[in-house]
Amino acid sequence: MADRAQTPYTGIAVAAPVTVDYCRYSNRSAHWFLARVLRRLLDESGIAKDEVDGLCVSSFQLMPDTAVGLTQHLGVSPRWLDHIPMGGACGVVALRRAARAVQCGDAEVVACLAGDTNHVDTFRKMLGSFSQYAQDAVYPYGSGGPNANFAFLTDHYMRAYGARREDFGKLCVAQRENALANPNALFKTPLTLDDYLNARVITAPLRLFDCVMPCAGGEGFLVTTAERAEALGLPHARVLATIERHNAWPDDPIQMRGGWAMDADSLYANAGKGPDDIDFLCTYDDYPVINALQLENLGFCNEGEAPAFIREHDFTWNGDFPLNPSGGQLSVGQAGAAGGYLGLVEAVRQLTGTAHGHQVADARIGLVSGFGMINYDRGLCSAAAVLSGGNGA
Amino acid sequence: MTEPLRRPKRKNPILRTRLPVVPPWTRSRVALGMTAAAARGSFELQRCSECGRIQYPPREMCSGCLSVDLSWSPVDRTGELISETELNHSHDLFFRERLPWRLGLVKLACGPTVVTHLHGDVPEPPCTVRVDARLDRAGRGVLIAFPDKEAPNMADDKQLREMTCDPKFRKVLITDGKSAVGQAMVRAVADAGASLIWVGHAEPWKQPPGFSELESIPEVTLVPLDLTDARAVREAGGSLGGRVDILINTAEAHRTHGVASRYGTDVARLEMDVNYFGLLRLAQEFGPAMQFRGADGQNSAVAWVNILSVFALSNFPPHGTYSASKAAAFSLTQCMRAEFKPNAIRVVNVFPGPVDDEWNQLIPPPKLAPERLAADVVAALKDGVEDVYPGAVAREWFSRYREDPKVLERELCE
Repeated sequence: MADRAQTPYTGIAVAAPVTVDYCRYSNRSAHWFLARVLRRLLDESGIAKDEVDGLCVSSFQLMPDTAVGLTQHLGVSPRWLDHIPMGGACGVVALRRAARAVQCGDAEVVACLAGDTNHVDTFRKMLGSFSQYAQDAVYPYGSGGPNANFAFLTDHYMRAYGARREDFGKLCVAQRENALANPNALFKTPLTLDDYLNARVITAPLRLFDCVMPCAGGEGFLVTTAERAEALGLPHARVLATIERHNAWPDDPIQMRGGWAMDADSLYANAGKGPDDIDFLCTYDDYPVINALQLENLGFCNEGEAPAFIREHDFTWNGDFPLNPSGGQLSVGQAGAAGGYLGLVEAVRQLTGTAHGHQVADARIGLVSGFGMINYDRGLCSAAAVLSGGNGA
Repeated sequence: MTEPLRRPKRKNPILRTRLPVVPPWTRSRVALGMTAAAARGSFELQRCSECGRIQYPPREMCSGCLSVDLSWSPVDRTGELISETELNHSHDLFFRERLPWRLGLVKLACGPTVVTHLHGDVPEPPCTVRVDARLDRAGRGVLIAFPDKEAPNMADDKQLREMTCDPKFRKVLITDGKSAVGQAMVRAVADAGASLIWVGHAEPWKQPPGFSELESIPEVTLVPLDLTDARAVREAGGSLGGRVDILINTAEAHRTHGVASRYGTDVARLEMDVNYFGLLRLAQEFGPAMQFRGADGQNSAVAWVNILSVFALSNFPPHGTYSASKAAAFSLTQCMRAEFKPNAIRVVNVFPGPVDDEWNQLIPPPKLAPERLAADVVAALKDGVEDVYPGAVAREWFSRYREDPKVLERELCE
């Protein structure tokens, strides 16, 4: 089925990439982190709070509040409001929603916020209530959360395509190297392939460094008109094309491809770019196997060929295929829903030349992809965006 | 191949007893359909009445045609194991204490992909498996994948044993060994490998045929136990309560009267005193100690079996007061189930049709042989089933009861 061509995102600026207050555990609430993000967005952009007329929020721990309640906490009166509960896909989806709101004049300055806290028992408490299917059909089996699901995917992927643990390890080691150059990353100890291979088993075949670490923190960006951004002197990126898809390939017995495999062609067609034009890639990387699926589904290699692709490339920020130059969630930490913003915020940073210490040289076109919400046996949300630097590239 | 269980050593009395915890039991209402089927020993998934699609996890609508006309139906158990994992970490206390724990992802031949517990004899994927539903220690239905071919000692699998109440190497109390059912029960649990069998007996002057032979079974120890005597039950609970792994309450009083055939309440009172208050006394004296041992190693306390009657579901007027006492007992067992749940003791209810004994003399056949009843109880313990309807009569009554209890009531009046 051929989709209608996407109306181009004209005159849209994505600016002020901010990352705040990452820490392993926090006594604060999600509201605190979201406030910190908004404050930083205003500080970075020079925009006054009452000029923010659109607000887009993602957070797991905000409950029982939603974006609605948050407006009163923050003292803002937006004319456009969205709450996006899509986990790892929320960054790209927030961008698409906000960009269209600005483009159509429903809002002029949209603050996109994601943030979560992490107490010592936050993650455990969330597991059994994550979804009805998680409660009914996964948590009672001893593994709440995504560990077992990604263990199933990894086990199957290794058997199906001959991937080795060393292949996944190479991605994790490269991302750790990237994180060492990123001041926001929580992981500051170098990781060797031996460390990776010999770490303790968590959920076989997954070991410690295959699993993302929950933490607290916040991420955000602004979406506004190019005119406004230029008037404010804000470095910004542009949106070339975006996709999202939910519950893709429902009849696949196990998730060996995501929604990107349905929509990548239209993404590239609408962007007027192809995989070869991409200067860096930010994937959703809570476990390395999902990086492999994104490399395949986004057209960098064919299905089942990610192991060979991994062996051939250098994924550090100054390598030949920069992947998650921030270090990704695996080495920055997963701050709840902010994990779904991490790649996008990093991409804007790279495209505006502000990724100090780990700036990809000549980063003109970036691809960000998101993946979210392990509802039962698979992640349901996938999304991606092609962005360019402010001059259009 | 499963390593056979070894006969456990005597418990070291200075070591702390591990306290029971159970797997997560919260389920949506719609998901409890699988638990209800598993409690009866059936593996059922939701089937769409309009398009025939079989789906899992349970939901309120058919995700194919959006019909809301769904029913729980037995389905083909065959599937292909497509992936596996072994948990070496869990946030849940129950699993954390039992790691490592194997899980599988199975594509069922009837359609859906399911997350299952994985029996230790299942080889690496890909391979054919047989999926079944079992009750876990929280009394909730879960799926487990077995190898497609039977292998020796499969019941001894570490994970499966956490879902069953197998009498093997367990210590069993049978509250009355004098009745035909009691005697058959003793022999059946001895054959199933129970390591110790305490056999209760009341009324020492009564020596029915076969009873004295029980003493020749090496595992058997006779203990005086009269459920109408509160002090005797308390004393038995004090000396045995902390050792019993499986309690099978076979004691009952059974007379054949309705309202008019016997003036006064003395017979009904006797039936209630044994069948209802006797159970209550037992539950109060043995329940707490058994619950304390709900996770006491390989041979933890696991099950409390009540021999009720299918007459507990709907009154059988010729045995009217007996039916009423069994209905009262049944209701109490539901309370016991709720109270025992956090401590992993399964309450197994057995609803036999008329047993072939002297009190059912006037009931025409088919009647249930005591040996058949005992064998079905042992099978239920091994399979972890919670509601047992042994024999053709019980099964037919139960199916008529499920179809329409009011119709059954009218039929029983004739």
